[in-house]
Amino acid sequence: MFIPFGIYSKNDVIKPKRDFVPAGVELVMSPIELIDADHNRVKLSNGQTLVYDFLVVATGAQIHPEQTPGLQEHEWRKTIHEFYTIEGALALAKHLRNWQGGRMVVNVVENPIKCPVAPLEFIMLADSYFHGQGIRDKVEIIYATPLPGAFTKPIASRHLGDILDKKNIKVVPEFMVMEVEPDAKKIVSYDEQEVNYDLLVSVPLNMGSEAVGRSGLGDDLNFIPVDKHTLVSPRYPNMFVLGDAAAIPTSKAGSVAHFAVESFSENFLRYIDGLELLPSFDGHANCFIESGFGKGLLIDFNYDTEPLPGHYPLPGVGPFSLLQETEMNHWGKLMFRWMYWNLLIKGQELPLPARMTMAGKWKN
Amino acid sequence: MATREIAGKTVEVNDEGFMANPTEWNQEIAVAIAAEEGISELTPAHWQVIDFCRKSAASNGSAPTLRAITNGAGVSTKDLFALFPKGPAKKVARISGLGKPEGCV
Repeated sequence: MFIPFGIYSKNDVIKPKRDFVPAGVELVMSPIELIDADHNRVKLSNGQTLVYDFLVVATGAQIHPEQTPGLQEHEWRKTIHEFYTIEGALALAKHLRNWQGGRMVVNVVENPIKCPVAPLEFIMLADSYFHGQGIRDKVEIIYATPLPGAFTKPIASRHLGDILDKKNIKVVPEFMVMEVEPDAKKIVSYDEQEVNYDLLVSVPLNMGSEAVGRSGLGDDLNFIPVDKHTLVSPRYPNMFVLGDAAAIPTSKAGSVAHFAVESFSENFLRYIDGLELLPSFDGHANCFIESGFGKGLLIDFNYDTEPLPGHYPLPGVGPFSLLQETEMNHWGKLMFRWMYWNLLIKGQELPLPARMTMAGKWKN
Repeated sequence: MATREIAGKTVEVNDEGFMANPTEWNQEIAVAIAAEEGISELTPAHWQVIDFCRKSAASNGSAPTLRAITNGAGVSTKDLFALFPKGPAKKVARISGLGKPEGCV
């Protein structure tokens, strides 16, 4: 998402996986043909079959632009873009550098999506970018979403809606796209609303791995149902699902995967010792949202508590403010980039609790 | 939990106006909630979707998402929007006496 605005380059976001795998772990890189959970084995496309005692599935979510008529056709990567693949992000960066202005429509096809705040962050960064380019007065920014407002949960939706309003970004709620008309340059919803665009930035349908679908393990979108507190499959007691691949009612976001892995690791060690799983995962998500102009927002929430205003991580002190635009939050996000590559991905502990706390939050 | 009277029956509702207890639901309640949602008549096509949602929720524990309805009830997304305009999954869940679909996160 930072690539379209020239904030990050390709090298900032792609590193070899081998650098992050600890000694003693055998890394096999191959697409998956089939997960044969009835016989505890995984068939790989390279011909290998892996037999397991326990299986942890973390196959993620991918975009499927081909599922929306008109999206991935002759205007794809010309007047229609996405920022969820490296090719897409780079093509959009190139397009934005030369763009003279017009109406930019950001459209979420269907939820759930990877990182529900990403489209909001994208439009706020776009607002800031167009100001920097000196063309903000020539750009109209519209956010068409299937949700009833800017975000999924009411209090955050109100706060974020106000912020978008101040930035002169228009939200078109309850817009469920049926098709794109690439020549007429408009998106049409199932209930026949139409929104015209000069530049369409789509968040295409997100689905779980096709291997999950082939293996008969997934729901309608190939996400795997699991217990939302223990992440164990109700069908196979030796199968766990982590990250975006799991069909749990929380955000598909890196922070959720991080907190889930933290509670899962402890739980898994109990499990292989024959102890019962503790219902320890609370759906905790914690996201910095860059809002442009050197400022950022922060949200912190879980299954039961929606994002609320307040301070984090220290009640009353912060230094970060929840649901408010501050420069400190922006610095937090920048610091997070270092933490991500140097601590988080290597499995080192962050100085933050895995479970959400109500301390420092208020319900106004 | 708050209660309210719908079609002559007192039922439990949550703060978003969804019925909290699916077993308190009956067809008269469905008709009354549909009217509140601006649907003046429930046709056999409406009932086909409502029945599917009731059955799906009974076996899965929660109201089906939009995609689960179109895949399972034999109705196209376009028709579903025509039957239950503006947010059909949410609307049909309310009319069927179920909680809000959990896809909404």
